[in-house]
Amino acid sequence: LDVEQLARIQFAVTIAFHFFFPSISIGLAALIVILETMRVRNVRGRAETYDRAASFWTRIFALTFAVGVATGIVMEFQFGTNWAEYSTFVGDIFGAPLAAEGILAFFLESTFLGVLLFGRDRLGSRVRWFAALMVSVGTLLSAVWIIIANSWMQTPAGFEVIDGRARLTDFFAAALNDSTIPRYLHTVAAALTAGAFVALGVSAWYVLRRRHLSVARAVLPVALVMAFIGAGGMFATGDISAKQVAVTQPAKFAGIMGIYSTASGVPMTLWALPPTQDPAALPQGPEIQVARLLSFMTFGDWNAPIQGLEEFPAPDWPPVAISFLTYHNMVLLGTLMLLVMAFGAYYLWQRTIFRRPFWLRAAVLATPLPIIAIQLGWATAEVGRQPWIVYGVMRTADGVSRVVPAEQVALSLGLLVGMYVLLGSVWLFLMRRELGHGPAPSPEGADEAGLDELPRREPALRPDPTAA
Amino acid sequence: MAENDFLQAAWFLLVGVLLAGYAVLDGFDLGVGMQHLVTARTDEERRILMNSIGPVWDGNEVWLITAGGALFAAFPKVYATTFSGFYLAMMLILAALILRAVSMEFRSKAEGRRWRAAWDVAFSAGSVVPAILFGVAIGNVMRGIPLDANGDYAGTFAGLLSPFALAVGLLSASIFLAQGSAWLMLKTEGAVAGRARRAAVAGIAAALVLWVVVTVWSRAEAPGLWDAFGGILPWAAPVVAAAGLGAAGLAVRANRAGLAFLGTSSAIAGMMATLGLGLWPELVPAREAGEPLTVAATASSDLTLTVMLIVAIVGMPLVIAYTTWVYRAFRGKVRIDEHSY
Repeated sequence: LDVEQLARIQFAVTIAFHFFFPSISIGLAALIVILETMRVRNVRGRAETYDRAASFWTRIFALTFAVGVATGIVMEFQFGTNWAEYSTFVGDIFGAPLAAEGILAFFLESTFLGVLLFGRDRLGSRVRWFAALMVSVGTLLSAVWIIIANSWMQTPAGFEVIDGRARLTDFFAAALNDSTIPRYLHTVAAALTAGAFVALGVSAWYVLRRRHLSVARAVLPVALVMAFIGAGGMFATGDISAKQVAVTQPAKFAGIMGIYSTASGVPMTLWALPPTQDPAALPQGPEIQVARLLSFMTFGDWNAPIQGLEEFPAPDWPPVAISFLTYHNMVLLGTLMLLVMAFGAYYLWQRTIFRRPFWLRAAVLATPLPIIAIQLGWATAEVGRQPWIVYGVMRTADGVSRVVPAEQVALSLGLLVGMYVLLGSVWLFLMRRELGHGPAPSPEGADEAGLDELPRREPALRPDPTAA
Repeated sequence: MAENDFLQAAWFLLVGVLLAGYAVLDGFDLGVGMQHLVTARTDEERRILMNSIGPVWDGNEVWLITAGGALFAAFPKVYATTFSGFYLAMMLILAALILRAVSMEFRSKAEGRRWRAAWDVAFSAGSVVPAILFGVAIGNVMRGIPLDANGDYAGTFAGLLSPFALAVGLLSASIFLAQGSAWLMLKTEGAVAGRARRAAVAGIAAALVLWVVVTVWSRAEAPGLWDAFGGILPWAAPVVAAAGLGAAGLAVRANRAGLAFLGTSSAIAGMMATLGLGLWPELVPAREAGEPLTVAATASSDLTLTVMLIVAIVGMPLVIAYTTWVYRAFRGKVRIDEHSY
C-alpha cells in the first residue's frame, strides 16, 4: 500500500465512522425541540411526560454528539495532514466554509448543548427550550457549511485557477453551486429520518415490552410522523439530486446507474449483477428493468438520451461496481423504510398503532435502516466522484500530502482505527445501558392510563365467567 | 493580483486571536484535566473537576476548530505545510483530544470502579498530551522549520523534538496548569480548592522560570523573532505576560481566585501576542533551507478574506455574547446534581 491508498483508506474510515453520529444527532436534536415545545405548551396536559421524554432523549443525544465532536476534529485536520496538496490548491474556497461552520454553527450548538445538559435544574424552563432550539439550529447550520464545502468538490463553480491554486471569483456561485441545494435537502432529510427512526424504534420496543409506557407512547407518534415525512422527503430530494447529477456529473451518473452505451429511452435497472470497469467483460446475468423509466425520471421524457460510460475515457470512470451497488442498495433500503412508515402512518391515522405488534416489531427492526442508507448514499456521492477530488479539476491522486511517509500514515491509520473500535464499542455498550434504564420513572399511574390501547401479549381477556 | 495588505494583516491578527482565545479558554480545561488524578482523589472530587468544565469545554474546543478552519481559509499553504509536516504530532493531539472529549461523557454513564478509573486516566492523558504538544508545535514555528522548494516540510519527526521545542512544550503545559488551577480555585471548595491552590503555585513558578529560559534561549534559537522588538511599543506584550504571571502569583497567595485567573489569562494572551509580534510578517520562518512562509505569499484572495471578514464581524460578537452569558449563568461553585457528569 502506498501513501495515497493509505490516505484514502484513512479518510474513508474516518468519514464513515464520523458521519454515523451526526446523522443520528441532527434528527434527534430536531425531535428534542419538538418534545421541548410540547412540554412548554403543556400539550394535552402532559408537560410532565414530555419533560421526561425530552430529558431522556437529550441524554441519548449528548452521548452521540460527544462521539461526533471527537471524531469531527479529525475530519477537519486531516485535509491538512493527509491532503496537503489538495488543501493548498483549494484553500481559497474550501477553507472558508469550514471556518464559517465554526463561527456560525459549531459555537452555537456546542455552547447551547452545555446549557441544555447542565442547566436543566439551574435555568428556567423557557431557557431550556431555547437552548434545545439553538442546538438544533446549530446542527442544521453546520450541515449547510459542510455541504457547501463538499458540493464544491462535486460541482465546482465561481473560481479560476491561477498559479496552480484555485482562486475564488464569485462567492455566491461557489457556495450555491449546482449541487449545494439538492444535496443539502437530501442529506438533511436523511439525517432527520435517521434520528426519527432511532426514537421510533426505541419507543416501539418499550411499548412491546410494556416499559416506560407514558414516555414511549408520547414519543412514538411524534417520531413516526417525522420518520414518515422524512422517508417521503428522501425520495423527493433524492429525485432532485439524481437529476442534478445526470446533468452536471454525467460520468458519475453513468457509473451509478451502470450504463455503458449512450442510448435513448434508457430503462431503469432495479436489480442486476454489478458492472465492471472493463466494458468487454460485462456481467451476464438476470436483470430486472423497467423500460424507459430512467430516461423519464431523469429528463421527464420517455425517449431522452442518456450518456453511457463509453463517452468518457476509462481513466475518468468512477469505480462502477461500488457506485452501482451503494446507490441501488440505498434506494432499496429507502423503499423499505417508506413502506414501513406508510403502514405506520395509516395505523396512526386509524388510531390502532399501539395494537399492531407486528408493525411495532417491524419498526424496531427498521431502526438502523436510515443510518445504513446514509452510509451507502455518502459512499455513492464520494466514490462516484472519483477519480476526481475536485470534479473535473483535480485528481484525488494529486491531492495527497507529498511529505508524509507511508509508515507514518500506516501508524496513524492503526491508531485511529483502534480509537474508532474503542469508541464504537463503548458507545454501543452505553447506548444499550441507557436504553435499558430508560427515562426517569413515571409518576404513579401514568404508565397504566389507557393500557387497553396497547397491543396485547396474550389473547384479549376472556369475559369473566362469574359475571354471567 | 492586487493584494490588500489590510485584509492580510487583519487575518493574521484574527487567526492569532482565535488561537489565543483557544489557549485561554481550553487552556483551563486542559489544565484541569492535567491535574485530575492528583487534585481530585475521590469519585465525588473527580466528578466535581469534570463538572467544573462540563458546561463549557465543548464550546472552548470550538476555538481550536475555528482557528484551524480560519488558518485553512486565510493561509492555506501554512495550514497544509504545518499539518502535514507535524504529521505524527498532529495525530497524537487528535487521538488525545478524542479521548478527552469522550472520557467525561463515558465516565459518568456507568459506576464500576475500574470503568471510572480507566476514563480518569484517559481524561488526564488526553489533557496532558495536547498541553505539551501545542507548545512543541509553537517552539518549532519559533525556531523555523526546514522547507523544500515547494514550501513543504523538509525535516523529520525527530527533528521536531529539539530541546528548545520541548522547553516551549513544558512552558505551555505549565501555564495551562496554572490556568486550570486558578479555574478550580474559582469553582471548587475545601480540600480540592486547597490542592488546586498548591498546583497553581507550582504552575505559575514553573511557567515563570520556563518563560525566562525560553525567552533568553530564543536569542540563540530564534534570533529573527527579536527583530520586532527594536522599539518600545512591542514590549507591551511581554510586559503584560510578566505582569499577568506576577499578579497571578500574588493573587494565589492572597487566595483571590478571580484575580489569579485573570492574571494567568493575561499571561497567556501576552505570550501569544509576543509570539505574533515576533513572527510578523512571517507565519512559519524557514530554518537552514528554503523560503519562509510569509503572510503575503500564502494569503488567500482578497475576495475570500473579505467574505470571511464579514462572517467574522457578524458572527464573533454573537459568539462572544452568548458565551459570556453561559459563563455567567454557570458562575459560582460547582454543584453536583442528577444531570451532572
